[in-house]
Amino acid sequence: MSVDGIKQAASDGWGSRIGVILAVAGSAVGLGNFLRFPKEAAANGGGEFMIPYFVSLLILGIPLCWAEWTMGRYGGMRGFNSAPGIYRKVGGGKVSMYFGVVGLMMPLVVYMYYVLIEAWCLSYALQYLSGDLLIGSGGQIDVLISEAAAKNPDLSKGEIESQAFNNFFSQFVGEEKDGLALGGAGSNWLWVIPTVFLFNFVLIYRGISRGIEQFCRVAMPLMAVLAIIVLIRVLTLGTPNPANPDGNVLNGLGFMWNPKGGDGESYLWRPATWLAAAGQIFFSLSVGFGIIINYASYLKKEDDVVLSGLTSSSVNEFFEVCLGGLITIPAAFIFLGIAGATTGGFGLSFAALPNVFALMPGGQIFGFLWFFMLFLAAITSSVSMLQPVIAFLEEGFGLKRHASVAILGLISAMGTLFVLYFSKGLTALDSFDFWVGTFLIYVLAMFQAILYGWVLGIKRGSEAAHEGANMRIPTVVQYMLKYVTPVFLLVIFAAFCWKELPSKAELITTIDDIAYDSLSANEVPQPIIAALTNNDETPPEIVNRSMTVSAFGTKRYWLYTDVDAPPAYLIRPASKADGIEVAQWKPGKLASIFASTEATLSITFLAILALFLLLLVHIAGKRWERDGRFA
Amino acid sequence: MVEPLNTYGLLTMVLSITIVVALMIFCLVKVLKLPPVDGVDHLKGPLEIDTGDTSDAD
Repeated sequence: MSVDGIKQAASDGWGSRIGVILAVAGSAVGLGNFLRFPKEAAANGGGEFMIPYFVSLLILGIPLCWAEWTMGRYGGMRGFNSAPGIYRKVGGGKVSMYFGVVGLMMPLVVYMYYVLIEAWCLSYALQYLSGDLLIGSGGQIDVLISEAAAKNPDLSKGEIESQAFNNFFSQFVGEEKDGLALGGAGSNWLWVIPTVFLFNFVLIYRGISRGIEQFCRVAMPLMAVLAIIVLIRVLTLGTPNPANPDGNVLNGLGFMWNPKGGDGESYLWRPATWLAAAGQIFFSLSVGFGIIINYASYLKKEDDVVLSGLTSSSVNEFFEVCLGGLITIPAAFIFLGIAGATTGGFGLSFAALPNVFALMPGGQIFGFLWFFMLFLAAITSSVSMLQPVIAFLEEGFGLKRHASVAILGLISAMGTLFVLYFSKGLTALDSFDFWVGTFLIYVLAMFQAILYGWVLGIKRGSEAAHEGANMRIPTVVQYMLKYVTPVFLLVIFAAFCWKELPSKAELITTIDDIAYDSLSANEVPQPIIAALTNNDETPPEIVNRSMTVSAFGTKRYWLYTDVDAPPAYLIRPASKADGIEVAQWKPGKLASIFASTEATLSITFLAILALFLLLLVHIAGKRWERDGRFA
Repeated sequence: MVEPLNTYGLLTMVLSITIVVALMIFCLVKVLKLPPVDGVDHLKGPLEIDTGDTSDAD
């Protein structure tokens, strides 16, 4: 790296104390605060969820934030702003530097799909203004309601509307087949994607203080104002539909906040509740993303990292608990009941909530404000994802802003186009999100916790953290960072892997009125069909079946509901008693890699990108060594 | 079973919001009361800061 390059990288920086706090908080406040937190809380005990949530904030979230801020500033003061350089300076070894690949890959890959979700938010906001999402305005949603009503005349009005909003989202993102997002029903709004993509790059091109900081200074307060307006609207809804007296504000808040456990069945004793709470804190604060470490590297020796880290975490919590916790689930519950409030995946944000605003008095303006607020939440996060790679290209190869922004633009555009094109079932987006946006976050956070607690050491770490600090970190936190946080993280990671990676058969029922030996791969006996039929609903349509023999000679029968998808059900001999087990087959994430072309291509894309970044880090490391930067 | 916000739910909600708002206000007040670092907060707005690498940006 040239001498100019060192000066250039070292001279980028923040303009003000509050600016960096708002930028880090902006990076942390994202869609997860408004959509993921309320869903997790409502599904894991309501009010009871808040106890593991705050415990996780104290022993996982805030300590890890402080560690990341400290290491970032530590590396920055020694001339590095990118993860590979900072890790090597902190860790002193080449292995640490190569771990920096994860710190670069994480924000880059998450940006590739996050910018699409961001564009969906802006498109939805604009479609409230154009009327496309309003029932009775003659827009696209009315066409879909008519189609759904014609196809399913037996459904209720609410069910038809719910289906229409689901179809709207599905068509908008081209879920039905690859390439549909580029030429399907959502193509009218396709221009929003490059616009949002370019806007992110304009901000990053202007640099830390003139781009990111200046934008966050406006966007964060605006986001709070918009969210508070929507919150007031939701809390003053009363009982909007007298025909549905259960759909009122108090019931909505009760669904979200009432402790749900009782009679010795408290959610607090369930490991899943603690796993969900820790996971939420972890993702919400953006620890292990490679962003805080980069942002903090621009701080100077006399700048504070302790109070700034705590302040940005508290601002993030305000958006999550006070705004997200009071808006999303209560609003969905008031209009759509339990079914609407528990919609999974993107359904809550892009199908259930638009349905809510369509039914809400003044829904056009509140729907616009809500989705525009989500857009702001998303863009303050996405813009932060670009800076770590920009910093690496500049300090690793001595590039100027023009060149680094152009190279990053090209790489990220390829990824975004990949996710946009392979839209079938949103598999590419899910694959990127799971393997990088979820799995690798755990890996990087564990690495950073160990790097701080065991390599930098809590004594040096404490000294580094308290340089310029305006408040002290309690000593117990340092010991927690060394002993408790890494173990806690490891337990969460192990539980996460156990839950997500292997395929599992979830028992539906055991039946004993047919002989297992009489089963054949060519037919599905009536008792099994009956077992698959829940509460006299329509039985699933079995389109294919097969039989395999395990290593122990046991025959297993597989039933398919989609010829292109993995099996849906498994029939096998009961393990503990006589009879036949009928189980739902849930393919794990490992098996899913090979389950579809989109998933396989996504993993291939990620592997190629990882190798490319590894090569770049290797070359940059050689340049840094040659220039004596690690001396 | 639909149940309106009960006493425990209200208590949890109020307590959670109070903890978070109190923490945020404590932090923001502390930050805003601090003297400016090297006069940066008072003397320079973000637009005036020379970040070096963006000299050819616009």
